[in-house]
Amino acid sequence: MNTKKIIGLAVLACALPAVARAQKTAADGIAEYRKMLEDGNPAELFEAKGEDLWKQPRGPKKVSLQACDLGLGPGVVKGAWVQMPRWFADTGRVQDLESRLVSCMSTLQGFDAAELIKTPFGRGEMANITALATWIAGQSHGLRFALPQGNVEEQRFYELGKRAFFFRGGPMDFSCASCHGEEGKRIRLQDLPDLTMNPGDGIGFAAWPAYRVSNGQMWSMQHRLNDCYRQQRFPYPGFASDVTVALGVYMGVNAKGAQSIVPAIKR
Amino acid sequence: MADPMRIRAQAAGDKTTVRVLMSHEMETGQRKDSSGKVIPAWYIQEVSATHNGKPVLSAQWGPSVAKNPFLQFVVKGAKAGDKIAISWLDNRGDKRTDEATVS
Amino acid sequence: MFTRRQMLQRSSAVVTALGGLGLLPQAAQAAFNAPAFEAKTMADLVKALGVSMPTESKDVTIIGPDIAENGAVVPVGCASSLPGVKRLLILVEKNPNMLCAMFDVSDSVEPSFNTRVKMGQSSNVMAVAITADNKVLFSHKEIKVTLGGCGG
Repeated sequence: MNTKKIIGLAVLACALPAVARAQKTAADGIAEYRKMLEDGNPAELFEAKGEDLWKQPRGPKKVSLQACDLGLGPGVVKGAWVQMPRWFADTGRVQDLESRLVSCMSTLQGFDAAELIKTPFGRGEMANITALATWIAGQSHGLRFALPQGNVEEQRFYELGKRAFFFRGGPMDFSCASCHGEEGKRIRLQDLPDLTMNPGDGIGFAAWPAYRVSNGQMWSMQHRLNDCYRQQRFPYPGFASDVTVALGVYMGVNAKGAQSIVPAIKR
Repeated sequence: MADPMRIRAQAAGDKTTVRVLMSHEMETGQRKDSSGKVIPAWYIQEVSATHNGKPVLSAQWGPSVAKNPFLQFVVKGAKAGDKIAISWLDNRGDKRTDEATVS
Repeated sequence: MFTRRQMLQRSSAVVTALGGLGLLPQAAQAAFNAPAFEAKTMADLVKALGVSMPTESKDVTIIGPDIAENGAVVPVGCASSLPGVKRLLILVEKNPNMLCAMFDVSDSVEPSFNTRVKMGQSSNVMAVAITADNKVLFSHKEIKVTLGGCGG
């Protein structure tokens, strides 16, 4: 190749990136799409339902949930979500929000806890638990995560959660860390947050419960974790089982200081 | 009876922006369940709105409007304290009306 | 951007769609217009009508994202600045049934509506305005539908 051609090509090569920058990238396009959906999140429909369910006398005992203690005292809802999971003296266990709702619904309202836990997502009382979780978590919108770690059980659950996070198994030998153990990973258009640390405001642990537009469903954190296990081709975890609560402690403690944006809207 | 709508109506001068979220499956009738059976179409067909009882909007929708539909429109000449009512009717004959006050 | 031939094809596609929809002058639609929403293909929508050829117009706008992360929920807006607009329609060209929504414009509302539609695939999305004197005008925008990832 003669010199003129080389210089010509070099000039062309310099010009091309400028043209590419001038056009909107796919990431910009997606960001614009997500912004257009922020106003009018169908999650508001679930929040409204959850608020009603909290106040309505229900169950065999015909009592409301307003005496339920979510960690900040009976009936205190605002601020509770960003301090969960945590240890509860009355049950002697570390519990996340949905586990705590099962406790309150059975103790206060007389529902059968085992029946609640068995009910599939989106059906019957499980749909009500999701609506309640959506409203309760939404009452902490804008607050920053500050899970307590003062209790020895809370600390044990953090370590358990970390072990579970890195535990590889199933037919694909996946762990949570396979997708969420490093920065900069993605699946197609979905960025995968690094959950071994604070991934930022409104990301990861701070982004659920969320309304998923792809299936028009409201997903709580338990639902999200259940689906993660499904994607790893693991057996389904029990609803509000220790492993799911422990993972919540691990991610929630790592996300200390991150701002909760729930209820969020997702693909 | 379907779940209530969420209606927000905010006045800015002569224009009131009304935003509505409706709780509805908006099933197209194109999908099949796991046994291969078609899930029947179930969707809002007619939407209407009134301002202090006076009709201001009517619309017809097909099943390709998204699930849990969102609607935004602007009413002229409304002011804070006025009532905006939204009604919908679906292909099964189910209906719902909810009201909001302009803020 | 479009050749004249493409423009004419597009215009005639809109006309046949509208023809099939029975959206004729003076049509006082009180009841749900089922045939309109059941029209499955552009071919099915052929109906010769005494309505002028629809023209592309800058006075009709269709607003939407360039890319939709998921076709289940695509935010779109239709509007027109023309005086005397009686109806605004939203069509998704490549959906099994083209017509998504049809709004009657009264004097008490602005001729501007926003909603969310389902798109089966990347397609042109059109806003169509019909005026009181039966002018039919449209605007269109290509919206790409992508397939998102596993999570999110």
